[in-house]
Amino acid sequence: MDNKRPVNLDIGSISLPITSYVSILHRVSGVILFFAVAVFLWLFDASLSSPEGFESVKAMFANPVCQVIVWGSLAALAYHVVAGVRHLIMDFGVGEDSFESGRNSARLALGVAIVAIALVTGWIFLW
Amino acid sequence: MVTTVTSLGRSGLSDWLIQRVSAFVMTAYLIFIVGYLVMNPELTYAQWAQLNQALPMRMFSLLTILSIAAHAWIGMWCVLTDYVTVRLVGPKATAIRIVFQLGMIAITLLYVIWAIDILWGIQVNG
Repeated sequence: MDNKRPVNLDIGSISLPITSYVSILHRVSGVILFFAVAVFLWLFDASLSSPEGFESVKAMFANPVCQVIVWGSLAALAYHVVAGVRHLIMDFGVGEDSFESGRNSARLALGVAIVAIALVTGWIFLW
Repeated sequence: MVTTVTSLGRSGLSDWLIQRVSAFVMTAYLIFIVGYLVMNPELTYAQWAQLNQALPMRMFSLLTILSIAAHAWIGMWCVLTDYVTVRLVGPKATAIRIVFQLGMIAITLLYVIWAIDILWGIQVNG
C-alpha cells in the first residue's frame, strides 16, 4: 500500500451525524467490554465458589468502588447490545434504505440504550 | 498481508458471519440470565449453583464464552487495524499492533480457560 497518499479527512473539523456517534460509541463500549469480561468472570467465579462467595458478591453491591466498576461494565454492555441489535436488524435489510431511516434507528437505539442504562443504574445504586 | 494473518477467520466474510452468530448467542444468554435474576429476586447459592451445574446450562455458558472470545478477537482486530496504523501511529505501527494483538489473543484465551475452570468446578453443596 502507498502510504504517501494525501489524507484530507480531519475528523475533528467535521460535524458528524448522530449515526457516527452511535457507531463510535459501539466501538468504545466494545473495547471497554473486552476488559469488563474479567469483571463478569470474577463475579461469576465468586458467586459459584461457595455459599460465602455468593454472599460476598451480594455484599459487594454495597461497596461504592465495586458499584462503579460493575455499573460501568453493565452500562457498556447495555449500550453495546442495543447498538449491536440495530446492526443485526439492518443486516436483514430493514432500515437501511436511506440515510434518514439510518438516522432514525440511531436515535431509537440511543433512546433504548439510555433507558437500559437507567435501569442498570437503578438496580445497582437504588435497589 | 500483515493484517489478515491475525484475523480470526482469515477472511472478512467469515469474520462477518462469526461476529453475527456469536452476537446472537451472547444476546440469548444475556436475556436468559437477566430474566432468571429478575424472576428469582430471593436467589440462594444452592439454587444458583444447581442451575449453573446442570449440563445444558454449562453447555450454554461454554458456548457463550467461546462466542465472547471469537467476538472480542474480531472486534479488537477491527479496532486495532483501523487505529494502530502507520498514518496514525507512525512507522512502528505494525510492530506495536502485533504486540497488542498477541496480548489481546492471550487475554481472550485466558478468559476461556478461566470460564471452563469455573464451570467444571461448581460444587452444589458448598
